[in-house]
Amino acid sequence: MTNHAPRGVAARSAVAAKYLSLVAASAATLLPLAVVLMAALKTGPESADSGPLSPPHDWFNLHNFQVAFTQGHMLRAFGNTAFILVFSVTGTVLIGSMTAYAIDRFRFPFRKLTVSLFLLASLVPGVTTQVATFQIVNSFGLFNTRWSAIALYTGTDIVSIIIFLQFMRAIPVSLDEAARIDGASPLRIYRTVILPLLRPAIATVVIVKGVVVYNDFYIPFLYMPSPELGTVSTSLFYFKGPYGAHWEVICAGAVLVIVPTLVVFLFLQRFIYNGFTRGATK
Amino acid sequence: MLARATPWLFLAVPLAFLVVFTYTPVLNMLYYSLTSWDGFGPDREFVGQANYTELFARPDLFQVFFVSLFYLASGAVQMVLALYFATVLSFDVRFRNFFKGVLFFPYLINGVAIGFVFLYFFQPGGTLDSVLGLFGARGDHLWLGDPHLVNWSLASVSLWRYLGLNFVLFLGAIQSIPGEIHEAAELDGANRWHQVRHIVLPGIRPVISLSAVLVVSGSLSAFEIPYIMTGGAGGSTTFVIQTVKLAFQFNKVGLASAAAVVLLAVVLLATWIQRLIVPDEGVDLV
Repeated sequence: MTNHAPRGVAARSAVAAKYLSLVAASAATLLPLAVVLMAALKTGPESADSGPLSPPHDWFNLHNFQVAFTQGHMLRAFGNTAFILVFSVTGTVLIGSMTAYAIDRFRFPFRKLTVSLFLLASLVPGVTTQVATFQIVNSFGLFNTRWSAIALYTGTDIVSIIIFLQFMRAIPVSLDEAARIDGASPLRIYRTVILPLLRPAIATVVIVKGVVVYNDFYIPFLYMPSPELGTVSTSLFYFKGPYGAHWEVICAGAVLVIVPTLVVFLFLQRFIYNGFTRGATK
Repeated sequence: MLARATPWLFLAVPLAFLVVFTYTPVLNMLYYSLTSWDGFGPDREFVGQANYTELFARPDLFQVFFVSLFYLASGAVQMVLALYFATVLSFDVRFRNFFKGVLFFPYLINGVAIGFVFLYFFQPGGTLDSVLGLFGARGDHLWLGDPHLVNWSLASVSLWRYLGLNFVLFLGAIQSIPGEIHEAAELDGANRWHQVRHIVLPGIRPVISLSAVLVVSGSLSAFEIPYIMTGGAGGSTTFVIQTVKLAFQFNKVGLASAAAVVLLAVVLLATWIQRLIVPDEGVDLV
């Protein structure tokens, strides 16, 4: 695959076209983001007068970030999102691994039916049933609490169950048997044998689920309208009203929300790619 | 006795969540769709198929399906581009990791932030107009205000957002094809194009068909980008925006449920057709 033999003109222009397409795609991806970053660094009058492609006068003007952070209550937003994130991700890991453990390691009546129930549910897109789900969440008294989002993120995640099932198969049954002969109960086996061995699967689920929860707008918007419960998504969304004409503040808010994602991405790149390939294809 | 109950102890909570938050809503929704319920009052008058008749008879309600076609078109372009970049980047390329990261990163960005980034991008005299100006195309366009342009603009944002996921899925699938197959083909005189045509494409067929289903159900359930950017104005209302408005603003839970049932049916139909065309070899969970 790596032949560096002399190439003809046709081969060379094919290589040029390939790089050209890659550079064009990168420009199309990065330009909208770069422009927003520049807008966030401009002062109010500057942003009104200058074109979007012109750079800011002062690359270290952080005033807009300060406004967005304090007046947009972003600290509270990050707090609410972190709270929801921790509980939903933990819940998803526990529920997914328990389900996979029960299904993979035990033979019991209605096992096939149970599996089909989980699989069938994966065909129902969450957005379609929201009208009816709303009534249920409401009847539990969860509406306008952070538990509504936690319950919904935790309760409906079939993808993670499938990921755990895939990994569970790779764990030799002889390990559980050895533990059982030593007198360990199923709960103890699950806790001390299975969960630690599922670590790669847990990493995958934490990443995939974490991205979904951090970025979701639909559920907090519908179920947690109270401003004190604003998440990163909804708090940013409410910038639209008061700062409608102040692009420099809106852009600063968007950058504030994007930066944590970028940092995590740069540090965990390899795991993130693996997470998504495993999450969706297997 | 206890031993027989063990699996159920592990399954109790997951099953409870499954029934409460997935199956009950689906059944309730079927029931609501046959009533004229407003969402909170005590009276739920049974109206039979009236909601469905209204849904299909009112062109203003039905037009949301045509809006999906824009997203479907952009989804098709997205798959072709993703396949192209995945193929290119699965071979030796300089700065490979950089290009990979750049293409994938938009998928990880918060939807509201993306909405704002592109509101700024599409402003009259904004980023897009300025860039076009550099290439000699002068003038400001109402990218989001013109009913002929708005859905193209919005659908292209969703292409920008989801290309990376598609790309990474394809890339993963291509890389799981053993390298020896390529080497053997090369020895037999196959060029790059032959390899793509006869090794890569058949090798990643299940992922292509999975992506197709994701594109179809994604284009039917487009919500975030159009809601955040236009609120559904100027003919950009999608199915989900309409359903949310019917249910939570106009308190027509009955009608909204009927709409949701139709959407669910279309998505299930698409999935079923996909299974018919590409039988699932991979999933054998029992």
